[in-house]
Order: sequence, then C-alpha cells, then structure tokens
Amino acid sequence: MPRIRGWLCLSLILQEDPGIRAVMPSQVQVDLLADPMGVALTRAAQWTTAGFGAGTLELTPLNESLLKDIVKFVESFGTKYPQEAEFVFKESLQWPTTLEPSEFEAGYVVSGTTVKSEENSKDGEPLLFLSGSDIRVSSFGQLSRLLHFAKDKKLKEAQACLEANRDPIMKILGAAAQGIVEKEEDDLTAIRFLDKMKKDENYENNLKTKISLLLQQLDMNLLDSSLKNISLETRLSPASIKNDVDLLKRFSGEGEQTVLESINYTSDFEFANGCRAPPWRQMQGEICYLTVKPHDCDFIYLTCSTAGVFVNGGIESDTEEINYERCSEIYKDLVSILREKSAKFSENISKQQHSFFGTKKKEKKKKRPPVIEAEEIPNLPQTSAVSQKSPSVKRRMVRKLEPSLKWTSSVTPQEKQDSIKESQEEKSLPTTTDKTKSIISTTSTGRSHSLTGKSSIKVEDLISESSSESEEEDEQPDRHQEGQTDLPSEYWQIQKLVKYLKGGNQTATVIALCSMRDFNLSQETCQLAIRDVGGLEVLINLLETDDVKCKIGSLKILKEISHNPQIRRTIVDLGGLPIMVDILDSPDKNLKCLAAETIANVAKFKRARRTVRQHGGIKKLVELLDYAQSKTDPVHHHSMYEIKDVEVARCGALALWSCSKSHANKEAIRKAGGIPRLARLLKSPHQNMLIPVVGTLQECASEEHYRASIKAERIIESLVKNLSSENEVLQEHCAMAIYQCAEDEETRDLVRQHGGLKPLASLLNNTDNKKRLAAVTGAIWKCAISKENVTKFREFRTIETLVGLLTDQPEEVLVNVVGALGECCQEPENRAIIRRCGGIQPLVNLLVGTNQALLVNVTKAVGACAAEPESMTIIDRLDGVRLLWSLLKNPHPDVKASAAWALCPCIENAKDAGEMVRSFVGGLELVVNLLKSENKEVLASVCAAITNIAKDQENLAVITDHGVVPLLSKLANTNNDKLRRHLAEAISRCCMWGRNRIAFGEHKAVAPLVRYLKSKDTDVHRATAQALYQLSEDANNCITMHENGAVKLLLDMVGSPDEVLQEAAAGCIANIRRLALATEKARYS
Amino acid sequence: MFPANRRRMQKLAESLSKTSKHFNKHEIECLIKHFHTLLEETIEKQGTTGIDRNAFRNILHTIFGMTDDMIMDRVFRAFDRDNDGFVNVTEWVAGLCVFLRGSLEEKMKYCFDVYDLNADGFISREEMFHMLKNSLLKQPSEEDPDEGIKDLVDITLKKMDHDHDGKLSFADYEMSVREEALLLEAFGPCLPESKRHLEFEAQVFKDPHDL
Repeated sequence: MPRIRGWLCLSLILQEDPGIRAVMPSQVQVDLLADPMGVALTRAAQWTTAGFGAGTLELTPLNESLLKDIVKFVESFGTKYPQEAEFVFKESLQWPTTLEPSEFEAGYVVSGTTVKSEENSKDGEPLLFLSGSDIRVSSFGQLSRLLHFAKDKKLKEAQACLEANRDPIMKILGAAAQGIVEKEEDDLTAIRFLDKMKKDENYENNLKTKISLLLQQLDMNLLDSSLKNISLETRLSPASIKNDVDLLKRFSGEGEQTVLESINYTSDFEFANGCRAPPWRQMQGEICYLTVKPHDCDFIYLTCSTAGVFVNGGIESDTEEINYERCSEIYKDLVSILREKSAKFSENISKQQHSFFGTKKKEKKKKRPPVIEAEEIPNLPQTSAVSQKSPSVKRRMVRKLEPSLKWTSSVTPQEKQDSIKESQEEKSLPTTTDKTKSIISTTSTGRSHSLTGKSSIKVEDLISESSSESEEEDEQPDRHQEGQTDLPSEYWQIQKLVKYLKGGNQTATVIALCSMRDFNLSQETCQLAIRDVGGLEVLINLLETDDVKCKIGSLKILKEISHNPQIRRTIVDLGGLPIMVDILDSPDKNLKCLAAETIANVAKFKRARRTVRQHGGIKKLVELLDYAQSKTDPVHHHSMYEIKDVEVARCGALALWSCSKSHANKEAIRKAGGIPRLARLLKSPHQNMLIPVVGTLQECASEEHYRASIKAERIIESLVKNLSSENEVLQEHCAMAIYQCAEDEETRDLVRQHGGLKPLASLLNNTDNKKRLAAVTGAIWKCAISKENVTKFREFRTIETLVGLLTDQPEEVLVNVVGALGECCQEPENRAIIRRCGGIQPLVNLLVGTNQALLVNVTKAVGACAAEPESMTIIDRLDGVRLLWSLLKNPHPDVKASAAWALCPCIENAKDAGEMVRSFVGGLELVVNLLKSENKEVLASVCAAITNIAKDQENLAVITDHGVVPLLSKLANTNNDKLRRHLAEAISRCCMWGRNRIAFGEHKAVAPLVRYLKSKDTDVHRATAQALYQLSEDANNCITMHENGAVKLLLDMVGSPDEVLQEAAAGCIANIRRLALATEKARYS
Repeated sequence: MFPANRRRMQKLAESLSKTSKHFNKHEIECLIKHFHTLLEETIEKQGTTGIDRNAFRNILHTIFGMTDDMIMDRVFRAFDRDNDGFVNVTEWVAGLCVFLRGSLEEKMKYCFDVYDLNADGFISREEMFHMLKNSLLKQPSEEDPDEGIKDLVDITLKKMDHDHDGKLSFADYEMSVREEALLLEAFGPCLPESKRHLEFEAQVFKDPHDL
C-alpha cells in the first residue's frame, strides 16, 4: 500500500476488520487507499482530477455537507478547546485566499496587501500571514478566527485550504506521525498509534495527542454520515446471491431455451448468516462458491463475495478443495459475470427479456443511466469512478420505486419455437398477457417469502438490484465495449472497414464488405463491434443504394449478425425492415433470398413482426412462395434457375415462419393467399423447403380459420406423409401441426384415413429426441379423442408403449402421454391393458407433481382407471385417493375440478368407500367449502363428488353439519346445464338425511329447480325430476312446486321414454296430488 | 441499306454465328446493324471500319453507364483484340458475347485481363493501387491520403492472395471469385449493370417482326 500516507488509522482499522469491510463498499476502500488524507476527508475527496496539489474538489452535495461539518468543527475549535487551539502546526497550511486584508479585524496588523497576526509562534513567526492572495496559517485558533472573518466565504476558504493541502494532518502533526504509519501500516491501529505517541519523547506533548484524538473523532462522525449515504448502495449480500442463484436455477436445465445447463453451490451447508463459505473465508467477505455449467463452455467456478463475483481457481482434482485464488476481474453480480463468460447465457437471457424490452424501449432510453461501477474497475482513475457516484446513487433511489420486471418478463417466452410447448406450458408459464399478471403476483409473493425475517432495507436492495440488472442487460454490452481499454483487435479492424464502407465508392465498399465477412460474424464481439462503430447504419444505408453488389454484400452481413437479439432490435430501430421488405420486389433472386432470410432472422420479436406486416411484407413474402412452381414439365432437369427459384421460395417460407408467430400476421398470411401456396409447397420434393413450410403451418394452426383451410387444402395428407420423412425436425413439426389440428374431429378422422396413426405410433419407439417425442405424443393424445383412432392405437400396441413412457420423461412429454392415456382409458378394454402393464402405479406417482396441465391430465386418467374396480383396488392401495383429495387444495381451478371428477369413480368403486372418505381428516369440510368456488366446472365436479359422498349416511350427516344444504341451495339459480344436472343430483342425494328436505325448501332451492325442467337437456330433466321427487316428500315444497307450475312440466316428463325420468316425475306428481287430496279432505271433514 | 451491304452482312452474320457461343444468328444480325448505326453516329470521317478508343469509351459511358476512365480504357483493350486502336465489327460481336452473356469462367477471364494492366498474368500490388486510388473519399484530416488505399490493397490481398506471393494470379482470383461472387469485379466495374444490360438487349434485339 505505497500510497498510504498521513493519518490513516481509521482506514487501516477498516481494512483490518473484515466485518467492517463487509459493510463498506469496496469503492470506499479504493478511496481510502488512494487518498493520503483521513477517511472522512477522503469522502470529501470527490476530486475532479487525480493527483496531488492540483486537484479541485467537486461541488457535490456530499462534498458540501462534509465541508460544512469540517468548517463547523474548526470554527468551534477555538472556543471549545482553547488550549489545543494554541498548538502551533508543524508546518503552516498555505492556500490562495479570496479574503481581503480589510476583512481582518482586531488582533491583526494590516499593512497594504499584507496581514500579520499579533499572535506569534515561539520562533516569532506570525501564526497567520496574508500577502496578496496567499495566506499561511499555523494554528487552529487562527483558523477558526479566519473562518469567522470569512463569513459567507467560509466554505470556499475551507475548500481552497483542503485543495491546496491534500495532506493537512501531516502538516499539522508533522511528518513523524506519518512515518510511524508508514512503518507500521501492517498492524497499526489507532490505539497503538496513540500509545506510541504517548511513549515517544517527541510526542510528549499532550496537546498533540488530544488534537489527533479530536481529529479522529471528527473523522469518525464524518465517516458515519458518509457511510449512511453509501450504505444505500447495492452490495452483494448472502440473501441477494441466494435469490439470484435460485432464480437462475429455475431457468437452467437442458434445452435450447434455458440460460444455463446447471448452477450449483459447492456446499450444501448453509451457515446461520446465509453464507456457505467456510468461516475463515467469510473473514475475506466471501459468501459462497458456485459451479456453473453454461451451454457453450466448460464449467466455471465462481466465488461470490460481498465485493462482487469472480472466477476462482476451481476445484483441485486431487484434494477436492476449492482453490480460492481469484482468477478474473470482480464483476458486480452473478448475471454480469455469466454474461461475460457465456455468450449463450447472455443471448438467452436477453431473448427472454425481449417481449419486455421491445415494448418498453422508449421509456427505457430515457431512464437508463450509464452506471459505471467503480467496484468493477478498481484500477480506473478515481475521477471517472467517483464522479459518477452521486448521480448513480440518486438514480438507484429512483429505481427502487420501479417494480422489478426482469424475471417476470423472462418467464414470458417470446420466442416460442413450438406451440406444442406453448399449450403445455400454459399452466406453468404464462403465455398470454393476463396470465403474465398472475405470475407477477406469484413471483413477488415468492420473493417476499424468501425474505421473511429480513429487514426491509434488504427488500429494497434486492428489488433495486434486479431492476438495475435488467437495465444493465440492455446496457451491458455497451459497457464492455467501451468501458474496457483493451478492446479486441477485431474491434479496430471492423472500425476501419466501416470507415471504408462510409467513404468508399462501390468498388471499395464491396471489398470492405467481403473482408468483413471474413470475421467470425457469429461471435458477439464482432456483432456488437459492427453496431458500436456505426456499421449498422451504413449497412442499412447501402440497402437503399442502386448497386446490387453492395446490397448483396450488406445483406449477407446483416443476415449473419441478426442472429443477435440486440442487433435485431437496432436494425428495427434504424428502420431496416421496410427497406428489406422493398428489396423483396427486386428482380434479382439472390437479393430476394437474402432479404427474406434476414427478415426471418430479424422478425423474432413482436415489434419487428408488426413492422413487416405494416409495410406489406407478408404479401410479398407469400408471393415469393410462387417461385418454386416449376413452370416447365417435371421431366425437365433441375437447372440452375430452378434451384434458385426453390431457394427463393424457401427463404420466403422461412421469413413467414418467423412472422407467423404473431396473431395478426397469421391472419395476414391467410388473407394474402398463403395457405394454398404452402399446401402446394408441402408436396415439394425439397426437404429443406418442407421444414419452414410445416413450421409456418404448425404455427398458424392455432387459428380456427387455418384449421378449416388445412382440412380443405388436403394438407393433413402431406403432413402424414412427411411423418415418415428421414428428417427428425420435419417429423417433429408435422406431428406438432397434427397436434394443433387434431382438436377437430374431422381432422382426426383424416389422419386415420391417410394412415397417419401408424407412423405416429412407431415414432414413439425413439425416445432420444425429446422435442419430437413431445410433438408425437401430443399428436397421439389429440388423435386419441376419437374412438376409432383409439381402436387403431390398441392394434399398434401404442397403449403399452405409452405406459412405458410414464417414467423418466420431461414434463412436456408426460403431459401428452398422460393425456393420451386418459383418452384411451375411456374404454374399459384399454383400462385393463393399462392395469396389466403396470400403468397405474406411475400414474398415481404423478399425482404429486406441480405442473398444472400434467395434474389435470393425470387426475383424468386416474379417474378413468378408477371406473374399473380392479384398478381401483390398486389405486386405493397406493393411497391415490388421498392424493387426489389433496389436489382439491390446488390453487388452479382446472386441477381442482379434474381432481373432483376423478374422485367420483373412486368413491363409487372403492370398497368401504364411506370409511375411506371419513379417514381423510378435514376432507369433507374441504369438499363442502369448494361449493363457494366461482368456477362452474369446479362447482359441477364438486356437486358430483358430493353426490357420491352422500351415498354413505354417516358422511351425509357430516356434510350436512358442514352446511352443505345452504351452499347447494345458493347455487340453484344457475343457467349452466352441466352444473344444474350435478347440482340436482346432489340435492336429491342430500334430501336423504334428517330435515334436509325441509331445509332446501327454506333456502329457496325448490323454485329454481322447477325451472330446470324447462331446460333442453334430458340429463338435467332426469336429475331434476329425481330431486323434485325427493323434495316433494315435504308438504311445503309441494306447495312451492305447484305454485311454480311444476305439475304441468312434470306431466310432460311422464311421457318420456326415459324410465327413470318417468318414474321420478310420476312420483313427484303423486306426492303433490296426495297433498292436494289431503288438504281437500281436511277442508271438508 | 443497300442490297449488297445486306448480303454482305448476312454472310458475316452467318460466319460469326458459327463461332459465337451465346448469340443466335438473328441476334448477331442485330448487333451488326447496331454496330453500323454506332459507327455512323460517332465517326466523323467515313471509311474507317472500327470504333476508336474515344468513341468506344463514349458508348460504354452512355449505354452501359461506366464512369471509370481507366477501366473503360482497359475494356477497350479487351475488345480490341488485334490492338489496332479500333474495335471492328467482329471484335464488337465477340466482345459483347462475353460482356453480355459470358459464363462465369469467361467473365473471370475477361475481368482478370481488364485488371491485369501490364498483361503479365498477375495483378500486382501496384496495379491494385492504381485501380483503387480513386475509390476512397479523400479525408482532409488524414496525413497521407494514400494510406487508406494502401490499406485497402492490403485487405484485398489478404482476402484474395491465396498463395501469399504478394500478387494475384489468375488462380488466386478465380478461387476468390468462386468463394464470393461479389469479387468478380473487385477492382472496378467492367461489366454492364444488370438494368442497363437488360435495356440494351431489349433495344438491340427487337423482335424481327417488329422491324
């Protein structure tokens, strides 16, 4: 620490004590080390230039308050410590003053431009001497008087004094004091320093000790107040690291879309303070160690410390111990270092941000400040680091008010490659805007959960941290291009080439363009270098020239670099898309291809897709599809031109594929006549053409119109044909398209008629390609909705295969597999198959999952199996009913409803069902309370469950006690036929206990029930008639029924072919009639 | 046209169409006719049988939109195979054959000849410099205005000089062009722009029935 001089006790204490260091931002530490003054003065030292003597203090609010404190201290020094005030400085403080001789009052000898104090030192020198604008002062007494004279110029004087004397303490106490510090800097503490002074002969002077103590006290106070300011800044804490790691973990795993392959702590043990580092490393401020596996490089071993995150020496292979040595720069947080280390990470994480940043761009631009963190660049000159400080502090405060949207936006996958995933993720990931809201609330509750017990300041910190991160991700690459002094050599070469692009004629331009293509344009450094030197503007500008060669060269580059999400955004911002759309009209086929391909790359986010549409791009792209029609007879060999034409059409399809991810574009493609063209291309022999075509169709098949057209254009046939293709990606997209379309019954039949079920079934045998497996199982699921298809599947022994897929598959596959089994189970024969090949156990095991879509399907399948008593025994043995029952507590209504439906056959078929149901503690109360739900499906399912529960007298008694009657009565005024039917059944069951019949009447359930008889649904009629029959056992109910015209309606029902209905209606009428007779009899007797 | 001339022309067209790869007889007749029209338009003194350098440059400029004098000179040299300072009708048809319809190989050969200023079989660093010297906007701030050009030559050599001998052989050039078609006219435009090309053909090869 060569730069330490002067009075540094405090700073040394701070360095010695890791505890204090932990709370101090390293920036302060840097300042401490760099500045020769005391700590407090250091905080004042927001100098505009580094170096000694020449520096000037910046006028920042922080500086000003510190100066004020110092002035106050010095001013009161004379009166508070008269003795010490007389102490003569070892060396006088000298600075240029603005004070005029005339401003000095009594006690000074004024002569012309010079002023001398009457007070003299022992040597006879005046303690204050002013000559011209130069002033020398050598005691605190004089200093305090001077400030007194200076009046409103106090601050200025103090500032001038500090600027001129960057080392005031040394001047006051003398070089000797400093010498000690330098010698003993390793283990010096303030106490020892003072001890030394006391012992030392030279410092026998008590005064001096006192002064130094006083100064120290001042220093302390100042430091405290500065720390208060600084502590508002973000620091890494165990909680924030933990939070980051947890969030990253959620987005890690296999697959293209995740940010990392894995991220793990090296140690599972967590200390009470949240650290995972061993105690002796915690002394260094280290929190924990991480092992990170990004997609694109080897394992990275990271150390998270309070100062930031850095790469450590990794785990020693022989000792299995961590090499704690720092091997990289310190980054300010986990995300920044991972961004730097892994291009894939930064790509995926920003990809996931797109949707958010795309729309918020404009606001963002205004807000984003160039946050340069001094922590990150400790060797940068102080000025640039420090001068940014106070504005950034302020901005942080502002930012704290913003909600953190980073992770919420990241869970909205903008770039959904496959809509099969989309529909599967609906329960776990929000795909629509209204769902985004719900996830925002869940994430925020999740966040506050993890913070329970932590101070509110930390909450603020975390929020500000993540929001600053999200801003930073926008900003970050700029920083690493400009913030670093050692830019890669490519940067300069690219800059030069861009200069030639700007200043060259077409010959030079073409040469520069060709040369630029020799760089690795898939590398982020090069992509961003092109952007940062203004290359994108030039490249886009070249597209507007007349020169075909320049356009081709430029597009070739744009096509490559537009794989980068940031570049895409910039291209759109610079208005590149409309120009490319215009180029689609060019007679040059090369140009058409390149423009379409570039559009395909750029149109990966919403705003870009909209721009393409608004500039008529969709129509032009659809027209490109016409190129592949061979105008000559098919015998004609593939000439050069024809190959080019196919390529044009392929590029057009590629661009349409990208564009088709927006709803409005799907419509535009259809209107532009895209479907027949795509259908025609689907028959093309060119495999690389088929993928984008099927991709587009599959994307568009989410629209009703398309599904109709797909049927009309006989596209299913081609899709089925291509299922047998060699290309796995093509198979995947075909299966996915079938999955989308097979919601429609006719389409399902078409798939079967074209022989599509067999290839689907056989594709199940290859389980390595999970994406394809997910698509294929999805297609099977949807196809299995038709009975004929299920029969076929049974022939192909697909059910057995599906059961085999119930374990060790990713969720997106499981959802489809279970869905397919659920459909198959609708037939008794298949239930037996599933039981025989051991499918029940894995199904029941899946009941404990969390994936909503999966749970809906699993409950459905288990419920279907439970219809068979033998399977039911197995389910009961595996405790499946309890699991189903606990799913009634699931927050998602679909899961609740599905679980309740599944419970019905379980209760119906279980042996000793009543006892089983009673064994679930609180289960009956839970069911009854679900009647308060808002969701019709949940209500209907719960009514059905209650019907089954109520078959047991004892249980019926219990639910009656839980108030089932008023709750059911309250539901009576519904128009939903499904709910009506199950409600009526439940009511008729519940009438069997005590005075429930009367209670229903009291709760006004009877009149609405009568109205059910006007419904068109015969199931409703039957259930209602039965309920009315039960209710009619009570006289008052009979009166109500009669008043509401039930008799006439029931009379019609008596003529129904449905015997149950007949009987119930007749019974009911009989009861009413009997009452009437009894009344009459009573009247006349 | 006099019948004698007409007969002569048909005979010429007959013979030329035997050697011409890319033109049919009708097209050659058109080209011959067009050549005579040009000759009449541009030559003051009658009797010469060819287009001289100035007139040829004029044609390249007005019809094909070329601007670089040096390249136009070189194109003239490429057309004027017998080096007599005039492009006669045979040379005109043969030249246009490559110029308009040449295959990639023919065009590469032609362009290389245009760029090989001293016809030694190599495009040297100096020749490149010469051809590129006007290709950059002069920046007044730069100390050495030729610095950029030199750098551009270096870049070009780095890109195209596959055998690293500091100059481009035809093999180097051919390899580069096959890699990147844009480098065909690496040192200046010496082929017609596609738009002008189409216009020219449309104008000259009018359907015989329209005449």
